[in-house]
Amino acid sequence: MADSKKRVPMNHVIGFILSLVMTLVAAWAAIQSDLPVTWVIIGIMILALLQAGVQLFMFMHVTEASSGNGHVPWNMMFHGFALAGIIVAGSLFVMSFGHDHGDTGEHQQHEQQESEDHSGH
Amino acid sequence: MHITDILVTGEPIIYGAMVSMALVGIALLFILTYFKKWKWLWSEWLTTVDHKKIGVMYILSALLMLFRGGVDAMMMRVQLAFPDLGFLNSQHYNEIFTTHGTIMIIFMAMPFLIGLMNIIVPLQIGARDFAFPYLNALSFWSFFFGMALFNISFVIGGSPDAGWTSYTPLSGAAMSPGPGQNFYLMGLQLSGIGTLATGINLMVTILKMRAPGMKLFHMPIFTWSTLVTCFIIVFAFPILTVALALLTIDRIFGAQFFTLTGEGLPMMWANLFWMWGHPEVYIVILPAFGIFSEVIATFAKKRLFGYNVMVWSMIVIALLSFLVWVHHFFTMGAGAFVNSVFSVSTMLIAVPTGVKIFNWLATLYKSKIEFTVPMLWSLAFIPSFILGGVTGVMLGMAAADYQFHNSYFLIAHFHYVLIAGTVFACFAGLVFWYPKMFGHKMNERLGKWAFWLFFFGFHVCFFPQYFLGLDGMPRRLFITNVAEWLPLNVISTVGAFGMGLGFIVFVYNVYYSFRYSARETTGDSWNGNGRTLEWATTTPVPYYNFATVPYVDEIDPYIRMKEEGKTTFEEDKVKPIHMPSYTGQPFIMMAFLGLASFGLVFEWMYVAVFGLIGAVFMMIRRSFDYDDGYYVPVEEIKRTEKKARGL
Repeated sequence: MADSKKRVPMNHVIGFILSLVMTLVAAWAAIQSDLPVTWVIIGIMILALLQAGVQLFMFMHVTEASSGNGHVPWNMMFHGFALAGIIVAGSLFVMSFGHDHGDTGEHQQHEQQESEDHSGH
Repeated sequence: MHITDILVTGEPIIYGAMVSMALVGIALLFILTYFKKWKWLWSEWLTTVDHKKIGVMYILSALLMLFRGGVDAMMMRVQLAFPDLGFLNSQHYNEIFTTHGTIMIIFMAMPFLIGLMNIIVPLQIGARDFAFPYLNALSFWSFFFGMALFNISFVIGGSPDAGWTSYTPLSGAAMSPGPGQNFYLMGLQLSGIGTLATGINLMVTILKMRAPGMKLFHMPIFTWSTLVTCFIIVFAFPILTVALALLTIDRIFGAQFFTLTGEGLPMMWANLFWMWGHPEVYIVILPAFGIFSEVIATFAKKRLFGYNVMVWSMIVIALLSFLVWVHHFFTMGAGAFVNSVFSVSTMLIAVPTGVKIFNWLATLYKSKIEFTVPMLWSLAFIPSFILGGVTGVMLGMAAADYQFHNSYFLIAHFHYVLIAGTVFACFAGLVFWYPKMFGHKMNERLGKWAFWLFFFGFHVCFFPQYFLGLDGMPRRLFITNVAEWLPLNVISTVGAFGMGLGFIVFVYNVYYSFRYSARETTGDSWNGNGRTLEWATTTPVPYYNFATVPYVDEIDPYIRMKEEGKTTFEEDKVKPIHMPSYTGQPFIMMAFLGLASFGLVFEWMYVAVFGLIGAVFMMIRRSFDYDDGYYVPVEEIKRTEKKARGL
C-alpha cells in the first residue's frame, strides 16, 4: 500500500461529490420543488439507481476480476436481490390480510358485487 | 435539568442496584489504581486488535450479561411463585421481562457465540487474525457501548417496557413516552453495527484466509456453521437496522411509519421485526450446532458422521430461515392461505434439523464416549433440544397456534431450544476451548456439579411451563394468583434457582481453576484427542497463532499431522510474519457513537450532534491512517516457539 500514500484517489473524490450532489437533488425534489408527484417519484427513483451505480462502480468491487469460486460481487448481489424480493413480495403477501387489492379482473368484479350488495342494504 | 429528573427513583430494589453498582465501580477504580493497572488495561485490552483477546472480552461481557439477565429471570420467577408478596409492581415487572429477553438474545447469546468464533475460527482455518482486525475491534466496542447504554436504562431514565419484540403501537411515542423505549432502539442499533461488521469480517476471513490447500469442504464444522451464520447476519441484520431506524424516526422526530393516526401501519413492525427475528434465532442456534458437532466428534473419537450432509442441512436451514417469519404472528389474522404457506415452510425446517440430530446420534453410535464436561453438555443437548423442537412443530401448525400463541407453552418451547441449544453450547464451547484461551482447563469435578445443577434446574424450571401454557397461563403476566397455576409456578421457580446455583458454581470454577488447575504443557489439551488445527497450536497460543501454516487437504487435518509428527513450527520454513498494530481508535470512535446514542435517547440534540461529529472525525482520521502493521522477526518467532514447545 506504499503508493496509496501519494496517489490522490480521484475516482473516490468524484464519486463522493457525485453522490452528495445526487442526494441533495433528490432531497430538493422531494421537499422544495413544485414538480408533480409522479415526476418526483420517477426522478428520485432514477437518482437512486444512479446512486447505486456510483457506489458499486466507484467505491465497491464490482469491476474486480473474478476469483476462484465465481464472481463474488455479482454472486452477493444476486443474493441481495433475492432477499429484497422476499422482503417486498413477502410483505405484500402477508400484510394484505387476505383481502385483495383488485389485482385481477375477477376479484375486482367480486369486490364490486360486494360493494353493490352493501349499498343495497 | 436536575439529576433526579433522569434517575429512576422510588424503587427499593433499584436503589439497592444503584448502591451495589456504585460500590463495584469504586472498587474497580480502586483496584486498577492501587495495582497500577491503568496502563495495562489500555495497552493490553482496550487497544487490542488481537482476535483472541477480543474474543475473551466478548465472552466476559456475555457472562456478565448472563448474570444480569438471569437475575431478571429470577426476579420474575419470585413474583410468579409468590404473587401476593408484592415483590414487583406491574411497571417494574414489564421492564424486567423486556430487559431479560433483549439482554439474553442480543447481549448474551450473540456475543458469547461471536466471542467463541473470534477465538476459534482463525485458529481452525490456519489464519493469523481476522481479515480486518481494526474492524473487529470496532465491532466489539460498538457491541460493548450498545450493551452499556441498554443496561444503564434501569437506573437512568427507566428501562424499556414493551417486551423484547417492542411491538408498535405500544412501543410508539404515544403509548410509551419517555426515554425507556429509546434505550432499546439506540442500544440495539449501536450493537447491531458491530454484529453486521463481524458478519462481513468473519465471512471474508473464512473465504479468503484459509490455510493453503483447505477447500470449503475441508473446513471444520464449527467454521462452516460460522460461515453460514455470517451469511444470515449479513442478510438479516439490515432489516432490523431499517426497522429500528424507522421506529426511532417515529419516536424522536415525529414520523408516522408505525402509527395509525398518521396512516402508518403498526403491524408492519411485527412483519419487519420477525423478518429479522426468525433468521436471528438461527444466528444463535447454528454456531451452537457447530460447537456440539466439534465436541461430539472429539469425545466420540470419530470423524463426524455425514459431514457433507451436516453442512448442507445448515445451508438449507439458513435459506428456510428467511421464509418462515409469519409463524411468529399467525394470530395477526393474515388469513388462512398466508398462514398455511408459512405453516408448511416452518415444518420443512424440521427436516434438515432432524437430519442433524440423527447424524449426531450416528457419530455417537458404537463409539467409546469420554464423559468430559463439554461432552456432558452436548449429550444433554440432544434430548432436551428435541423436546423444544417437537413443541416447535406443534406451534408451527397455524390452527393449533391459535391455542398456544403467547401462552407459557410458547415460553417453554423457546427456552427449551434457546437454553438447551444455545446456552448449553456456550458452556460446552467455553469449557472445551478454555485451555486454548487461558492455558489451563476448568476443574472437571466442579464443572460436573455446575452441569448437573443447571441441567436439572433447567428441566424443573421449564417443563412445567408447557403445562402452565396448556392450562391457559399467558406470557408477560404480572398477577398469577390463580389456584391451579400456583403449584407448577412454584416448581418452576425452584428450577430457576437451581439454574442460578449452577451458574454460581460455574463462575466459582473459573476462579478455582485459575488458582489450582494444572497448567497446560501441550497444545492438544483433551488427552491428545484434538482433530482440527486449533489444537495444533501451542498453549497459550502465540499472538501470531501459527509460526508456519500447514498444508491442509482433508477434514480433521491434525490427526494426520500427529501421525506424521508434523507441527505448526517447521523451523526452516519460518518467515517474518505481518501483524496489525494495536490502536485505540475503535474504542474512541465507538465511545463517541455511544455518547451520540445516549443523547438521542434523551433527545438532547446537542449531545447527539457532538457525539456524531466526534465519530465522523474519528472516521476521517482512520481514512488517513497509513499504519500498515509490523513484521515479527524470524528470531522472535523461533524463540517463542522453542520456549512454548520445550525444544
